[in-house]
Amino acid sequence: MTTIAEYRAIAREGLWDNNGVLTMMLGLCPAMAMTNSATNGLGMGLATAAVMTASTMLVSVFRNRFSQEVRIPVFVLIIATMVTVVDMCMNAWMHELYKVLGLFIPLIVVNCLPFARIEMFASKNPVLPSLADGFFMGAGFTLALTTIGAVREITGSGTLFADASLLLGPAFKFMEMRLLPAGTGILMMILPPGAFLVTGLLVVCKRMIDERSGKAVQINAAHCAP
Amino acid sequence: MSSQRTLIHGMILGAFCLGFGMLLVMTNSFTKDDIALRAVEDRQNSLRQVIPDSIHDNNLATDTLTMKNDQGKEVIVYLATREGKVTGVAFETSRSGYSGEIKVMMGVDPQGKILGARVLSHKETPGLGDKIEVKKSDWMLRFTGLSLGNPPPDKWKVKKDGGQFDQFAGATITPRAVVRAIREGLEFFDANKANILEFKSTQTMGASTGKAQIKEAVK
Repeated sequence: MTTIAEYRAIAREGLWDNNGVLTMMLGLCPAMAMTNSATNGLGMGLATAAVMTASTMLVSVFRNRFSQEVRIPVFVLIIATMVTVVDMCMNAWMHELYKVLGLFIPLIVVNCLPFARIEMFASKNPVLPSLADGFFMGAGFTLALTTIGAVREITGSGTLFADASLLLGPAFKFMEMRLLPAGTGILMMILPPGAFLVTGLLVVCKRMIDERSGKAVQINAAHCAP
Repeated sequence: MSSQRTLIHGMILGAFCLGFGMLLVMTNSFTKDDIALRAVEDRQNSLRQVIPDSIHDNNLATDTLTMKNDQGKEVIVYLATREGKVTGVAFETSRSGYSGEIKVMMGVDPQGKILGARVLSHKETPGLGDKIEVKKSDWMLRFTGLSLGNPPPDKWKVKKDGGQFDQFAGATITPRAVVRAIREGLEFFDANKANILEFKSTQTMGASTGKAQIKEAVK
């Protein structure tokens, strides 16, 4: 049985200690390409989190059914299926957001983060902890993307959560803010260089906070394709 | 022994493929209708922006005919009719901008006057080239009411090239491409005007009465 403390540790790992983008440095391609606004970052993060939660759960359910030799194709199959399901559902029921993110949803298949967590965690652990791991890793990814998006959007366009109502529904219109007058933003921040700058600065910030709180900085970056 | 193991692995993998394939089939059958509906809505929305609702009583998105433009590319022409008369047509025109294709949907009345033009999709630089979106600037609205003779052909350019259309600070290629796309759209309509109006008449009404009505509409 997994105890509450263990679930708390899983949550902490996913959201902060072992954050997919800021510590493990995985999934950087969507983290940079899709974060020219906080809303896009949030949308991409949520889509990835949905895929991760579903696929870690499924891998864990079937973890004793497939042999070591075919596990990689099975992981790929499960992730690809989940991505396609999310893609179709978004196209059908969240069409406005799909028009913005549509091109990038299929790319979740090649995001290393789900793959890494499946290999490291879900294929060796029971269903509920795996589900929690997928969910919190996805949530940490969403958090990182939204933060990168927010910093870039504020500095680049002077707005925050512009068009959030397209993503979350008209009830969230209040989230759309203009912080700086139109036309004053630094254009570079919403262009690709801004993504590198902001991601780098956030990694630095996170490590400084970790260091100040006296924790040994974990560097267990597991690199694979972006 | 090893070939037997390979067989087992193959079967396991095959079983997973089958299972997840079925999951995809199910999702597809649940979402198929909604996805098709969204595509039609998208088209109707973009058509509504270039053809005013008040001038037609038909369904624009379904009354279409396919023409070929002078580069041999197929163009879908959406017809707006009111009481059987063609009151406007809409079609897509495109041109390469600063980065990638800029797709413009434009509506034209039977006399060749622009009813409206909107950019459907583009990949121009945010903050510089994206002023072609109506959301960001009213630049696109200035095309409404213009035609091939107004302004004269040598003025269908951006100011930098000696024409009458404003370019944006820091972005000339983008508006140049849009102006050119729209001019080409008008030329396409002009070249195929008779065909477009004729085709409609033979398609949906008696040939003789139809033509008479179309002529009236053209006047």
